[in-house]
Amino acid sequence: MADNRPDRRPKFRLPLEWLGILPFVTFAVLFLILPTMKIVVGAFQTPEGGFTLQNLIDLNTDSIRSAYWTSIKLSLITALLGCAVGFAMAAAVVFGGLPKRVRGPLLTFSGVASNFAGVPLAFAFIATLGPAGLVTLWLKTEFGINLRAYGFNLLSFWGLVVTYLFFQIPLMILIIIPALDGLKREWREAAEVLGATGAQYWRMVAFPILFPSLLGTFALLFANAFGAVATAFALTGPQLNIVPIKLFAQIRGDVLGNPNLGYALAFGMIVITGMANVVYIVLRTRSERWLK
Amino acid sequence: MAFLDLTNLEKTFGANRVVKDFSLEIAKGEFVSLLGPSGCGKTTVLRMVAGFETPTSGAITIDGQDVTGQRANQRAIGMMFQAYALFPNMTVADNVAFGLKVKGVARPEREARVAEMLDLIGLRELGARFPFQLSGGQQQRVALARALAPSPRVLLLDEPLSALDAKVRVSLRNEIREIQRELGITTIFVTHDQEEAMSISDRIVVMNGGIAEQAGAPFEIYNKPRTRFVANFVGTLNTLPATVEAPEAGQVAVAGQSFTLGRGALTARRGDTVTLALRPEAIRLGRAEGREVVLPATINEVHFLGSVIRVRARVGDGVVALDTFNRPDQPPPPIGSAAEISFAARDVIFLQD
Amino acid sequence: MTRLFAWGALIFGCLFFLLPLVGMTEFSLKMRRGVYSFDAYVRVFEDPTFWATFSYSLTLAAATIVFGVFLVVPTAYWVRLKLPQARPVIEFITLLPLVIPAIVIVFGYIRLYNTSSFLPLTGSAIGTDILLTMGYATLALPYMYRAVDTGLRTIDVATLTEAAQSLGAGWFTILARIILPNVLVAVLSGAFLTLAIVIGEFTMAALLNRPAFGPFMQLLGANRAYEPPALAVIAFAITWACMGLIQLVTRFSKHERAKA
Repeated sequence: MADNRPDRRPKFRLPLEWLGILPFVTFAVLFLILPTMKIVVGAFQTPEGGFTLQNLIDLNTDSIRSAYWTSIKLSLITALLGCAVGFAMAAAVVFGGLPKRVRGPLLTFSGVASNFAGVPLAFAFIATLGPAGLVTLWLKTEFGINLRAYGFNLLSFWGLVVTYLFFQIPLMILIIIPALDGLKREWREAAEVLGATGAQYWRMVAFPILFPSLLGTFALLFANAFGAVATAFALTGPQLNIVPIKLFAQIRGDVLGNPNLGYALAFGMIVITGMANVVYIVLRTRSERWLK
Repeated sequence: MAFLDLTNLEKTFGANRVVKDFSLEIAKGEFVSLLGPSGCGKTTVLRMVAGFETPTSGAITIDGQDVTGQRANQRAIGMMFQAYALFPNMTVADNVAFGLKVKGVARPEREARVAEMLDLIGLRELGARFPFQLSGGQQQRVALARALAPSPRVLLLDEPLSALDAKVRVSLRNEIREIQRELGITTIFVTHDQEEAMSISDRIVVMNGGIAEQAGAPFEIYNKPRTRFVANFVGTLNTLPATVEAPEAGQVAVAGQSFTLGRGALTARRGDTVTLALRPEAIRLGRAEGREVVLPATINEVHFLGSVIRVRARVGDGVVALDTFNRPDQPPPPIGSAAEISFAARDVIFLQD
Repeated sequence: MTRLFAWGALIFGCLFFLLPLVGMTEFSLKMRRGVYSFDAYVRVFEDPTFWATFSYSLTLAAATIVFGVFLVVPTAYWVRLKLPQARPVIEFITLLPLVIPAIVIVFGYIRLYNTSSFLPLTGSAIGTDILLTMGYATLALPYMYRAVDTGLRTIDVATLTEAAQSLGAGWFTILARIILPNVLVAVLSGAFLTLAIVIGEFTMAALLNRPAFGPFMQLLGANRAYEPPALAVIAFAITWACMGLIQLVTRFSKHERAKA
């Protein structure tokens, strides 16, 4: 019987395999996608629920514009410096001829430091570079250097940059060391024997190969700094004008006087980190033509 | 004076003397193989010539110019690595052009040279591909073209075939040799594969423990190995224990059969046991003209390899391997059967140690 | 030359990283005038709020880890075994929390799960705790998923499953007795990382108004001088311990494998 009639059941069979990821999908929808959608939709809604662009237009005030600009600047600078210094340290360990014993501790320490963010990190920097901090006092008593007089204030933009670097640099080290390990010795030697100088090797071979990783890390560091609240909040309190702190204050007490303006503010954050990642993905696909 | 001159090279890593007093003269256009097991120092010698390692002592001269202290990028040397040394971020054409580019060769000239090189390796149409799109054999051919593009004085090959399939290996090694002959480029080839070394070299240097055990043409190395190591490493070698009967006359006995080795007096004393060495192809199954020594044997193993049948036979206290050609009208001998083997006394190899 | 530069970069980096650690430690010991003392630590440990918030955060971390393991291990396993075509989507989702800032996510929670919504989680303390746990699970998702997925890559999931099935094991048995033990190191690594992230987390806890360790530290920092660096030292020690434990389990497992 079964031989004569084609079995039709498979056609109507439920894709049971997909049930296996149902819990995960439910979780992701409820606690990641829906909340994000809520923000996105809310940014285009009036308090009554109608469609509007007014919230986004209302973002265009001096205070909010400068908050975005400061946040972008902060994220760009800490990501750039984090990448540069982290790369230098990673390269020093991988290629600099340093003893092998340095590597393990550096990786462990980077793991710790990249996770040592938020409130305690702010405390550590206040105790070090704050008005009564260790380094501040030491420079003052030993060398007569008054950091304040030189314009350095921990509770300012550059203070925040220095503090953010404490977790940005190690994150870079953690990600880039495996990438540097992936550079084969043969590539360097092949370049050298073909007459290339060290600089030519880096410019024409090593850097293009590392570029996707560098770019990815940069995007990650950017998002990492852009969304960080705790460190800045614990360091400067609510007064520093950056987007996440503004949003924090808005969520807590509707300081903007319009609940849906908060949606727009948050939507702007998603757009910026999202854009950073789109740029990253586009550049990456372009620079990875030579990969499988 | 030789074109490439390695004089008393020594290299130590920490307490480890990897290369000991290594000297070699290579004529222009010569193809020399460094052959030996891993850890014998052959790769280190090559890397010193390339400029990746600085000799602890000794000198390297290319075309009369002392390059010992020069960096690798000043030596004008071409090199092929074991595998995966193509730059993955560049197309085939860009890989080949790399050496010319860093030299500052102008674009039109560069492109012409790249086309020439791709023609040479027969991959003209693949210039725009990336390395990952090529097979292993194709990648190594591109690596050869890349090494040759800047017209190097010397070509160094660091086991360039070892990561390839058996078939590709053979065809590529022949291709390498052909191109090398065509360009007349002085070449050092490092390998642990004796067949590879013998098939393409003008001269082979067998290395062991950081020293050159013997250097010579493949024919000479194979037929007149000077040491037991060389004899064993290059090809298969049978050893037979023999008892000395009359040292002055060179008379020995194996399995009760006495015969005279045509080499004059032996240094051993009467009654001593000496070792005779024979290549498998020097031994025949059964009697044959010109092979005056005939010994009784028992067939132990028979391996049919196609054109050749390898037989292992017990002779006295030893086992010998011997090769006979396949003949359709003559099936291989049954295992356990009694037989005779024969060889010529002049084919017996004498080893120094 | 290269080596000189290498040492320079390393020493500069080490100085930058060590100074704040030295700074906070030194400052935390200065509470008593003129001499070093542990007074600040005594103060912290005498504070009942410290213990309350700390144990609250610890409990939440534990809940997050348990939930995360139950969520991630079966999913990663199933995707590897049956749904390789879903892999890019799942991976994309797990990476989203690195792109969408935590503050945006928690903002969405607050508006989505308020008292008048279909799932009024913020209406009760326990509901908010659940919400916070979910939030933490979201934050930890990229690390947890990647750790477990990497762990699964080293074993042959399909063969192990078929072997277990042919011996009569059901899905639960396969997951609990075959898969989980094989990725235990990865799971533990993910768990300790989660702990390190959750224990001092500030933004989500503060905005959901839960008495967690992060907001407690922030509050203390706004009002006191010497206790905050002491807290920083404690937090740093906890982070260090978490990372040390990750190293320990990884090394231990390597030894076990070497012996086997």
